[in-house]
Amino acid sequence: MPTDILMPALSPTMEQGKLAKWLKKEGDTIKSGDILAEIETDKATMEVEAVDEGVLAKILVGDGTDNVAVNTPIGIIAGEGEDASAAVAPKPNGAAHAGASAAPKGEVPAEPAAEQKADESQPPAAPATVPAAPKAPSAVSSPPQPETMSTPEVPEGTEMVMTTVREALRDAMAEEMRRDKDVFVIGEEVAEYQGAYKVTQNLLQEFGPKRVIDTPITEHGFAGLGVGAALAGLKPIVEFMTFNFAMQAIDQIINSAAKTLYMSGGQMGASIVFRGPNGAAARVGAQHSHDYAAWYSNVPGLKVVMPYSAADAKGLLKAAIRDPNPIIFLENEILYGQQMPVPKLDDFVLPIGKARIHRAGRDLTIVSFGIGMTYALKAAEELAKEGIEAEVVDLRTIRPMDIETVIRSVQKTNRCVCVEEGFPQSGVTAEIGMRIMEAAFDYLDAPVARVTGKDVPMPYAANLEKLALPNVGEVIAAAKAVCYR
Amino acid sequence: MALAARSLKPTAPAGPQSNSTPDFSKDEEFAAYRGMLMIRRFEEKAGQMYGMGLIGGFCHLYIGQEAVVVGMQMAAKDGDEVITGYRDHGHMLACGMDPKGVMAELTGRRGGYSKGKGGSMHMFSKEKHFYGGHGIVGAQVSLGTGLALANWYREDGRVAMTYFGDGAANQGQVYESFNMAELWKLPVVYVIENNRYAMGTSVTRASAQTDFSRRGVSFNIPGEQVDGMDVRAVKAAAERALDFARTGNGPYILEMQTYRYRGHSMSDPAKYRTKDEVSRMRDEHDPIEQVRRRLLETHGMAEDELKGVDGKVREIVNEAAEFATNDAEPDVSELWTDILREAAV
Repeated sequence: MPTDILMPALSPTMEQGKLAKWLKKEGDTIKSGDILAEIETDKATMEVEAVDEGVLAKILVGDGTDNVAVNTPIGIIAGEGEDASAAVAPKPNGAAHAGASAAPKGEVPAEPAAEQKADESQPPAAPATVPAAPKAPSAVSSPPQPETMSTPEVPEGTEMVMTTVREALRDAMAEEMRRDKDVFVIGEEVAEYQGAYKVTQNLLQEFGPKRVIDTPITEHGFAGLGVGAALAGLKPIVEFMTFNFAMQAIDQIINSAAKTLYMSGGQMGASIVFRGPNGAAARVGAQHSHDYAAWYSNVPGLKVVMPYSAADAKGLLKAAIRDPNPIIFLENEILYGQQMPVPKLDDFVLPIGKARIHRAGRDLTIVSFGIGMTYALKAAEELAKEGIEAEVVDLRTIRPMDIETVIRSVQKTNRCVCVEEGFPQSGVTAEIGMRIMEAAFDYLDAPVARVTGKDVPMPYAANLEKLALPNVGEVIAAAKAVCYR
Repeated sequence: MALAARSLKPTAPAGPQSNSTPDFSKDEEFAAYRGMLMIRRFEEKAGQMYGMGLIGGFCHLYIGQEAVVVGMQMAAKDGDEVITGYRDHGHMLACGMDPKGVMAELTGRRGGYSKGKGGSMHMFSKEKHFYGGHGIVGAQVSLGTGLALANWYREDGRVAMTYFGDGAANQGQVYESFNMAELWKLPVVYVIENNRYAMGTSVTRASAQTDFSRRGVSFNIPGEQVDGMDVRAVKAAAERALDFARTGNGPYILEMQTYRYRGHSMSDPAKYRTKDEVSRMRDEHDPIEQVRRRLLETHGMAEDELKGVDGKVREIVNEAAEFATNDAEPDVSELWTDILREAAV
């Protein structure tokens, strides 16, 4: 019986990719282990290896096709002498096919990418796999469209270029490295591998191995080396493959980087950026899913930046590199692939410590930051359909927190919901709630509500992970609750 | 404890070796004497002031170990960095920092090196290339390797002298740093001050490998054991090590076999060793007494000349103590300064 070859998922967050090239022709005999085709994502090029044997009866998705959704049939393998026409017709929904017949080489065939969370750059060419329809609308199913950036930082009429968050971060580093020879990048796989998440792509080629330094797997050590180099006046960008691994190095971040300026009476400080993905990706388990925003936000002597949009990622990373203080720059793996408008300016730098009204509204304020913004924005969109106009504030910086912007918004709307993926106890939203109570208690028409990650280590199972994370439905429910609707 | 210097060359060549302790000129002996005496008298005074309640918190005295930092500094070049742990007063004085500023920091006054906000363990001087003063055992090893990374990055010919004790030598980040230092041939000299006790735990109770000069063997870092009570042996070893690191050969380990006479900190009753052990070290190996004897016997200095030096040193220390006692506490507004630097952006 003919078997479909399905578009494989190459990473936990991949939803689609480009079928770069077939290495077999229709009619070729296929043995298990043969390389059938090359697949490209924005992160990597991978080979698709045959699992089944037979003849490549039909190619369904040709060379160079972009945005092929995971699990879409891309070809058909027939048994020897079998009629290819008996093969199943191409269907957009790969979930109908039991068992993928092709696997990415060197990787266990991944589950269909976490459809709820993952959102690659473009609207999928074929509908993405949706095994179980989520009750609430997916937070990130509609990527943000080019918008008019009504911020004081971007002059009227500035051209906007669609850029992934990943590229925006890379561009920020490259621009700052061109500007200042004291800036260098150090971390695991940042140079020759081009970055574990490809954020440092091409930096080695442009700046050479002295300014893009591959380290051994030694977080505590290289974080300390980075701080030492910063005390000596250099401006290191220390990449952690994920902030989960920065736990190995947290002593150097807190005790050495954050406190030295104070302990030296202002004589010696560290101009250093610690950056990397933070928080949950998709089904990577409890040790790779922790959101550390609240941890670092607790420490005087640090600044903590957590951008959502590509433009903010670029403008704030540039500011972070120039800042004479230690900066924790929290990125998110799921946001890396999202394409958003970035102003085309020679030197686009945003101020650290300034929130942004992402969406104006009169009925309630939704405050969030980082990937939490995806839930907030989608909820606001849904609420608008029911006549509730939410104002969405993107904090962008967690420390120092621009609570004034939040307060002004709450004074206008009198109601507030705070959203984060991190844990509830002593979380960033707990802090926001307290600050609102201190500064705007008399303006509140309802208690401040919060939507957070659940108070459990992140589970692996797809259904449990979905439950552990916040969702749009929860934000909508909280918004209605504070509006008494 | 064997106090004879001996060298160890695991794989990499370790420069010219000499088994006999090189002689010092009269000038060198005199400089070493004065430098060590300054530290000794300063620390004795700090101990007194702690007892009077003028110094708070923790106070770790360097008495007994003076030859290590003084000998190292005699071999160092201007611009070479120094970084160490919490037993740091001696290093600061040897780097040329003002005793008044150091003592005033101990008493928490505004004239202290950190305006009174750092304390005994946290002082810095960019001008004197002293990078602290670190309270987390072993953290300075990665930081010092980072100073070396900056030297390597700038190709400025400087070497980072990174001090730590036999206790810190068991921290994991020490070996993470060793690995990267050798991998990238960073100009760093690791000075392990083995004073035989990590707080109250003797080396033999804490270390599987008690020969600390061999702690770099699995990273191909050469090392040697040095009689850290003999300032001449220290300087000679320091010259070998600094030259090795400065000329692009990478890190070098010096195990300084030394001894602290006082407790781990002022609040340590030191019950883990006998009084005999301490007095034997003082009587037979005191680093200052060794130099003093040579100045009198070999270099023909008169007792009175040395008394004159002693008097001058005491005068400087007394001035520092007086300043540190009478200087004002930091202004209360200092509570809120130096947390972040003003960003130019």
